Amino acid sequence: MNKKHGLFLLSVIALAALPVVWPDPYILSIVASAGILIIAAISLNLLLGFTGQLSLGHVAFFGLGAYATSLMSLGFDVTLWTMSEPLVVSPKPVWLSFICGILFAALAGWLLGKLAFRVRGSYFVIVTISFAQVIRMVALNWVDLTEGPMALNGIPPLTMWLPGQGVIDLATKASTYWLVLTVGVVSYLLVAALVHSRIGRAMIALRENETLARSVGIRVTHYLGIATIISAGIAGAAGGLYAHTVRIIDPDVFIFMFTITMVIMVIVGGKGTLAGPVVGGLLFGLLPELLRGVVPPAVQWMIYGVLMIAVLVFMPKGVVPSVAGVLRRFTRTNAARDGQAVIRRRAA
Amino acid sequence: MDQFLQHALNALVLGSTYALLGIGLTLIFGIMRVVNFAHGELYAMGSYVSYAFVSLLGMNFFGSLFVAAVVGFLLGSIIEYFLLRRRDLKAMDEVMLIMIGVMIIMQNAELWLWGGVAKSVPSPFSQEPLVWGEVSVAPIRLFVLVTAVALLIVFYILIERTRLGLAMRATFQDKDAAKIVGVNVSHVYTLTFALGSCLAAVAGALLAPVFLVTPTMGDLASLKAFAIVILGGMGNLKGAALGGFVLAMVEEFGAGYISTAYRDALGFLVIIAVMIFRPQGLFTIKERVG
Repeated sequence: MNKKHGLFLLSVIALAALPVVWPDPYILSIVASAGILIIAAISLNLLLGFTGQLSLGHVAFFGLGAYATSLMSLGFDVTLWTMSEPLVVSPKPVWLSFICGILFAALAGWLLGKLAFRVRGSYFVIVTISFAQVIRMVALNWVDLTEGPMALNGIPPLTMWLPGQGVIDLATKASTYWLVLTVGVVSYLLVAALVHSRIGRAMIALRENETLARSVGIRVTHYLGIATIISAGIAGAAGGLYAHTVRIIDPDVFIFMFTITMVIMVIVGGKGTLAGPVVGGLLFGLLPELLRGVVPPAVQWMIYGVLMIAVLVFMPKGVVPSVAGVLRRFTRTNAARDGQAVIRRRAA
Repeated sequence: MDQFLQHALNALVLGSTYALLGIGLTLIFGIMRVVNFAHGELYAMGSYVSYAFVSLLGMNFFGSLFVAAVVGFLLGSIIEYFLLRRRDLKAMDEVMLIMIGVMIIMQNAELWLWGGVAKSVPSPFSQEPLVWGEVSVAPIRLFVLVTAVALLIVFYILIERTRLGLAMRATFQDKDAAKIVGVNVSHVYTLTFALGSCLAAVAGALLAPVFLVTPTMGDLASLKAFAIVILGGMGNLKGAALGGFVLAMVEEFGAGYISTAYRDALGFLVIIAVMIFRPQGLFTIKERVG
């Protein structure tokens, strides 16, 4: 455990030092956008990796978080069927909006959990996709509220209070990078804490054998619901970060390819491992930069597709467990050799 | 309810192609249990074959239908042979993710080859609509309806009345028992996947002159095909055909009388409702759903 904690701290420090070591704004913005997707992938991993439920509608929570926080921070007015006067919401402080975005996404997660966990397997996948599609079409067509394809513009950046400088906007590349890193570390720790708790053990139990888990008294649907709510909340936070850093959103935040990207990150990195989505996310977040200019974007995506199939066929557990396995075997053989050497010395 | 007959006719035309898509996927998803997200891409590929042969090479539209069928069949067999044959199809998530990989590759190959601009395929018939009283229909749409229905009948006979169909149904009912009585199970798997893919490609080629051809057209097609299979009940061919017509009715009448903008959303709402209240499908007797 201690070695793992050390490795984690070291990685966080190394990542935090990046803007100081390499203050290239282009690199920082690339890594920050990869970071936002990594946070979303971490949230997906909680469902896919630890409870074994593949939600292909995960982008719904990302997009809902983005829209909720944008609308709260910009202010909006809306008229529902029975209301004579429109409900006017004045612009709220950005952090309050950000929290609202997370809560709204979590609420959607609760709703999806209620609807979708009546079925499993491929049926669950179809319900989640349909859910995301319906929400995308609402975002596209409810123009009074969302501006539809005209997009929501001028979303304010998140802010921070610094001693001596007062409240500053987190709009520079370096500050955005640190902001994403902070939210990422918090999400990672939250998922880690959850997975190592009683709730997490229940989730893993039901992933391994749902019938058995139910038979020993684990309230399966209850824990699946909890996992979905937390997962949706984290995805909503990622969406909020996206909205406040890109500062313009349109219904394309709901596209299926976003979900696919998250799924690829989790699968390639290793589902059901804490480091999996981070490693997979860094690989797939930075790969486009390596391939930029070498091949057109469509060919890049074809390469991702091939990579994904290759990982599924040749290391079905993902990169992290495979590499960890190789390392463990390596250290074990070393230990064994040392042990034999000791025995030989004693015998002599 | 003005224009009721017109909407009903439109729904019939749309439904016949949905039924083709749905039957193709029923073979693959309903019977083989492969969650095939590449199904819509085979449909898109059929459209592009039609575009390449009709618009670029100046070939006859009817000939391009045949080419699309052959290409779909071959590609389906290749996918099955290289990616699914040695796989445990019970590991549903893994197979589904592999098919998502295939989907990404095919969709982006289309984007790369043909570009993102929508292509159109000229209709082989006159543009003048056929009019009966208040109802009118473009000749190409009528052709789509007739061809799709003919194909549905051919496939129904193939599955229900031939030795091959019998071998297929036996394999998916009990693989080991089918092996014992001498069915070549791996051939049946390849053939099933190829036939399903072939149907999707033909549906795409048929619809190419009706709609525009774009690289992303497969996304919605895949989702709708899944919806149709589930509406009809897993592995139920008649159900899938009916499911196609039901989905088309919902979309067409929803667009006509409720809201055009929410046309596709209505389809998805129906899917969610069916999954929750009748996960065994609209047209099957109740069985346990895992």
